[in-house]
Amino acid sequence: MAELDDLYQEVILDHNKSPRNYRVLTNANRKAEGYNPLCGDHVTVYLKLDNGVIQDIAFQGSGCAISKASASLMTAELKGKTEAAAEDLFQGVHKMLTGNPEANYERVGKLKILAGVCKFPARVKCASLAWHTVNAALKGENQPATTE
Amino acid sequence: MKAVPQYLGSGQAFDVMRLREDFPILRQKIHGKPLVYLDNGATSQKPQAVIDALNHYYTAENSNIHRGVHYLSERATAAYEAAREKVRRFINAEAEKEIIFVRGTTEAINLVSQSYGRTFIKAGEEIIVSAMEHHSNIVPWQLLCQQTGAKLRVIPINHRGELVLEEFSRLLNEKTKFVSIAHVSNALGTIVPIKEIIRAAHERGIPVLVDGAQAVPHLRVDVRDLGCDFYAFSGHKMFGPTGVGILYGRRELLEAMPPYQAGGDMISLVTFEKTHYNVLPYKFEAGTPNIAGGIGLGAAIDYLLGLDWEGLAAHEHRLLSYATDALASIDGLRIIGTAKEKAGVLSFVIDSVHAHDVGTILDQEGVAVRAGHHCAMPVMQRFGVPATTRASFAFYNTTAEIDVLAQAIQRVRKVFG
Repeated sequence: MAELDDLYQEVILDHNKSPRNYRVLTNANRKAEGYNPLCGDHVTVYLKLDNGVIQDIAFQGSGCAISKASASLMTAELKGKTEAAAEDLFQGVHKMLTGNPEANYERVGKLKILAGVCKFPARVKCASLAWHTVNAALKGENQPATTE
Repeated sequence: MKAVPQYLGSGQAFDVMRLREDFPILRQKIHGKPLVYLDNGATSQKPQAVIDALNHYYTAENSNIHRGVHYLSERATAAYEAAREKVRRFINAEAEKEIIFVRGTTEAINLVSQSYGRTFIKAGEEIIVSAMEHHSNIVPWQLLCQQTGAKLRVIPINHRGELVLEEFSRLLNEKTKFVSIAHVSNALGTIVPIKEIIRAAHERGIPVLVDGAQAVPHLRVDVRDLGCDFYAFSGHKMFGPTGVGILYGRRELLEAMPPYQAGGDMISLVTFEKTHYNVLPYKFEAGTPNIAGGIGLGAAIDYLLGLDWEGLAAHEHRLLSYATDALASIDGLRIIGTAKEKAGVLSFVIDSVHAHDVGTILDQEGVAVRAGHHCAMPVMQRFGVPATTRASFAFYNTTAEIDVLAQAIQRVRKVFG
């Protein structure tokens, strides 16, 4: 069953089991919460932003393997990036997850491991929750982010 | 499911393989595997008889009801009203005027909370629900509380997912003005002893609404035997079409309640000075209803009444105990909801695997289940889980399908090592 293996790749299962940057960031100066009202998943993303650069990033929450792995991969990828680069990556990942034909896998680097998600429409929101949340944190929005 | 006769085996009391042929959707394959449909708590599949009734209505009878003098309108009206009579008989209500067609259980509860609640429940008074309600039997009452200043009180559940009846007795007081309670829990499968609850509430003159959405597909319901004041259910969970449901209400209460929605059909006389409302049940049926849906629901009732209900109950009882045994023997799997009296639902969690991942992997094996909070977030909080996987059964499911479910769960364990 190739499709299922596309979704649950070793790297994803590993990030699910041992998520990176899974903690409260005590010196965070940005924080946002995200909910997926359909399934009850939630995530909190913490950022330490200095002069438009993400110095540190962490997350906590509960959700499925896809949402947890996506959040974990995201934090690893965003650390050290500028706000503009993070925004660019968000757009690229979003295109890839939604199966947009303009999606450019090279642009998303290691995150292309999540490309299989687009074949599972019910799971796209799981993978994008953390990204919507970090986007809200970067924009300093007060409302919790949702996947709706 | 009390006092069920001993199961006699397929082909004797209850021929499930023959009944499956009545449901064309069950013949299809999903991802190359035979469909194992175990999401009946969300919606049930439809027998050919219901599909044919919808088709026949639109092919030969389509017309608006209660207003045309022409032939087709009379036929459509007769078919729609015949469906109302079928519903009355199905739940043993006293009169057809006590049967209100609505969109579904949710609308039925909103109708009662807004029409009865806003008229008869005041600031400081109390409404009781339980900790295992579907959101549709929580949020309409919270809205009413915001509007009126009334308070919502909650009957707790124990670790098996049963109501703590002593706590219910304690919650009842002179401020209690309404009790709204599920007959069968959608997330846990618990059958609630509603007769006892109704008796206790009635001793204090408190009306009771029963949310029967998950009960009518599994249990024979007799509203007069139960003694409830309102009973709400949906067509689509009992093998009928979506978009149609029923509110049963005792006549005296319905008579005393103001209309819920206003428009055509619910009036008898309109001037700009004053409008006179129509008689029951039309007072609560504003606008052109879901005529095809009502007729389809009637066809579903005809179908259900043609089944051997003793055999059906025995078969479902066996399915549930077979599934419970099969799943309980899987390492790391925990069943959520282990009430002594249960119907049709098996919710579970698997160690360190989220319900969504379970749902996706089962789907690849052709097994359709629900993964999530089941619109019952307080139940999830009670059991300290973010979500469960729920297999929910109908009479057309088989023990062979449970075996497929159990094997598919083994695949989940393999993927997540």
